[in-house]
Amino acid sequence: MRLKLVPDQTNLNFMGPWRLTFGLSCVLMVLSLVAFFSFGLNFGIDFRGGTSIRTEATQPLDIGGYRDAIAPLGLGDITISEVFDPTYGPERNVATIRIQAQDGSEAVTPEILTQVEAALRAVDPTLTFSSVESVGPKVSGELVFEAIIAVAAALAAVLIYIWLRFEWQFALGAVAALVHDIILTIGVFSVLQLRFDLAIIAALLTIVGYSLNDTVVVFDRMRENLIKFKKRDLTEVMNLSLNETLSRTLMTSLTTLIALISLFVLGGDVIRGFVFAMIWGVVVGTWSSVYVAAVIVKRLGVRRDLGNGGDKAGTQFATSE
Amino acid sequence: MLQISLWKRALIIVLCLTALVYAVPNLFYDRVERHNDAVALMETGLDTPELQSERALWPDWAPSYLINLGLDLRGGAHLLAEVQVTDVYADRIDALWPEVRDLLRAERATVGGVRRMPSDDPGVLRVAVSNADGLQQAFEIAQTLARPMQTISGIGQSDLDISLDNGEILITLSEAERLATDDRTMSQSLEIIRRRVDEVGTREPTILRQGADRILIQVPGIGSATELKELIGTTARLTFHPVVRTSGDAGEAVAPRQVMYPSMNEEGVYYVLEQTPVVSGEQLVDAQPDFDQNGRPAVSFRFNPAGARAFGLYTAENIGNPFAIVLDSEVISAPVIQSHISGGSGIITGRFSVEESTQLAILLRAGALPAGMDFLEERTIGPELGQDSVDAGKIAAVVAMGAVLAYMALSYGMFGMIANVALLVNIAMIFAILSSIGGTLTLPGIAGIVLTIGMAVDANVLIFERIREELRTARGPARAIELGYEKAMSAILDANITTFITAAILFALGSGPVRGFAITLGLGIITSVFSAIFITRLIIVLWFERRRPKTLSL
Repeated sequence: MRLKLVPDQTNLNFMGPWRLTFGLSCVLMVLSLVAFFSFGLNFGIDFRGGTSIRTEATQPLDIGGYRDAIAPLGLGDITISEVFDPTYGPERNVATIRIQAQDGSEAVTPEILTQVEAALRAVDPTLTFSSVESVGPKVSGELVFEAIIAVAAALAAVLIYIWLRFEWQFALGAVAALVHDIILTIGVFSVLQLRFDLAIIAALLTIVGYSLNDTVVVFDRMRENLIKFKKRDLTEVMNLSLNETLSRTLMTSLTTLIALISLFVLGGDVIRGFVFAMIWGVVVGTWSSVYVAAVIVKRLGVRRDLGNGGDKAGTQFATSE
Repeated sequence: MLQISLWKRALIIVLCLTALVYAVPNLFYDRVERHNDAVALMETGLDTPELQSERALWPDWAPSYLINLGLDLRGGAHLLAEVQVTDVYADRIDALWPEVRDLLRAERATVGGVRRMPSDDPGVLRVAVSNADGLQQAFEIAQTLARPMQTISGIGQSDLDISLDNGEILITLSEAERLATDDRTMSQSLEIIRRRVDEVGTREPTILRQGADRILIQVPGIGSATELKELIGTTARLTFHPVVRTSGDAGEAVAPRQVMYPSMNEEGVYYVLEQTPVVSGEQLVDAQPDFDQNGRPAVSFRFNPAGARAFGLYTAENIGNPFAIVLDSEVISAPVIQSHISGGSGIITGRFSVEESTQLAILLRAGALPAGMDFLEERTIGPELGQDSVDAGKIAAVVAMGAVLAYMALSYGMFGMIANVALLVNIAMIFAILSSIGGTLTLPGIAGIVLTIGMAVDANVLIFERIREELRTARGPARAIELGYEKAMSAILDANITTFITAAILFALGSGPVRGFAITLGLGIITSVFSAIFITRLIIVLWFERRRPKTLSL
């Protein structure tokens, strides 16, 4: 008895409704940008500066009480949120308290911290502070800059590599798919107001890597089939390639999702945001390989003398007979 | 057909076995760690039955490399400090002033009186001479102070920029000298921080220079970042100044180049001192807790030869005058100089307790930081939170692994089992490489491994799917397997190289936990390609040679 996700022979018309699917991607991207510009992102202290305190208590949380206790200290904007985790019992109540960056000082001063901790303990003597993190405005500004550079550098490197290995149309298609994935991820973080910190940038780059992996496998098959079936129509060859790789695409996406979902459920709340970004990325990355990358290549058209002693033939790793 | 030469087979098997052997210590993390700690202690000459039994927890002959756990997994404190390197320019310029003064005084007949003028920039020395006609000559004399740079990058340049401005001589460090000074300041700061952190004896602290003027300090196991800051941030800057007078009024104005510091022990007493110290703590070579002649706790100290000379000269010239011992802008005591102190050693008395004198001696011995520090980033992670993350990560990894293994076996049958063996070896390889290069596992790093578990099967999936396709057209199973590998190769390489590029960029541009993630992801890519194209292939070939099946069930 063998588990098979897709039958041996499929003949789905992926490229047929391209206006619909590509249009859907475009609409989602626009919505994401609208969300980003109207709601903004819920930046963590890595990017905004400030202090984040994680508290644990055996008594039920009293968020209003915490707020009232800290308010007289005049520390400006304070955000208090409860942390949920299915593995925590009623004896374990976790919250994070975020205090904005203070004028005139880089990291938070120990005096302020002592005051905050004392004020909170007055509300709930069982409180413990399991982590305290403080980032000064100087570093946070640099971290934003570095994050943007990292994503841009990854995109540029990929553009060049695929251009060298395939054709420029493929490179553009792949990068468009990656931009699509990044925008959609930023969109979902903006709509759900999930905390966006340094780890999410790592997740974004991983999504870039994963989506690319997927796109390249599809492209590789297209390259092979374009050489094999020189006379056939481009759309037909693309459909054939997508059908041939469909089983692998779903298989890999599913195994990755299985691993990620177990991490999401069981891995603890500290990395849940990070894992959520990756799960989302696997889904949109798989979608964009077909409906963004391939569609763009189709619209741009490809030179069909590929591999005919052409300049790209020598750069292939494996020969196809 | 399906052929792998004997030496290749041997190499693959040896690599796999080595990986397994080196990954094993991580399964017994606590035992191996205690063994390693005991070994390290015994190397310093200690030998107790307890240490012997700790050491016996793990055999000496077995590999004992462990993955370092990052701060987010072990708990501890993280600080990013920015060193105020420009502080040192002012110190250097201050130290230059007596030299300039003495040189010009020798030419008093032509240049007249010499005065140090106040300067907005503490890194600039402004000198005025009373005889305007002698200014040009004074300028030329001052220029003789500049010396050619000794460093490779500064060849052909001198260490001081000396210019004339508005009838004053301006002396400042040259650009090349500033760079060289910054470098020295940074290495001194690093060394001092390292020594101070080592005094508490914690496990494997990370103290790294980052960029031009930053230092990253990570200390596992320490209670909080505040504690760490107190440990390294206590400047313990010891200086000896000539006393101008004492005062009872904190608000009293002082002349330029003089400072007023409060007394440490006497309430309401302030000392007006020359701002330029005679000797400073950098010239101290030793400090020990001690007792004075009355049996009260004190700290004895000793200067290096240069410091001893300066101290000896000063005491010889100023017998009967008080001088102040200043620690971090407070006057500890201001004894009157009784005699010429030539040996370069002395004793600081104050109203210390024994603990205080011991603490002071440690701080003095560790040396003062050459410059102040701003803390740009500080993080404290409690050990319980770290342990929670490790536990959660472990469970998640085991569940993820089990699910993927089952799924592969269900989808590809026997071939799936082969891929599973390769996956297990693959994970062992990641752990083996991480432990032997002394890599650090962070929480995102665990996510990287879990992601690798998911993605590692990708290369195998590509190959198996390709073999399935080839089975429909090719002549026989052997040919199908061979073609499957051959044709899947370009997709595998392209897909993994592009992913590897993003991991490399993440490593190059990321920091801290992100870097930990990039390392595990990058390693995972390399090992998964290796395991797919070598390990599974070898197992399939071995199986094929024994069975010679006519058909493949895939």
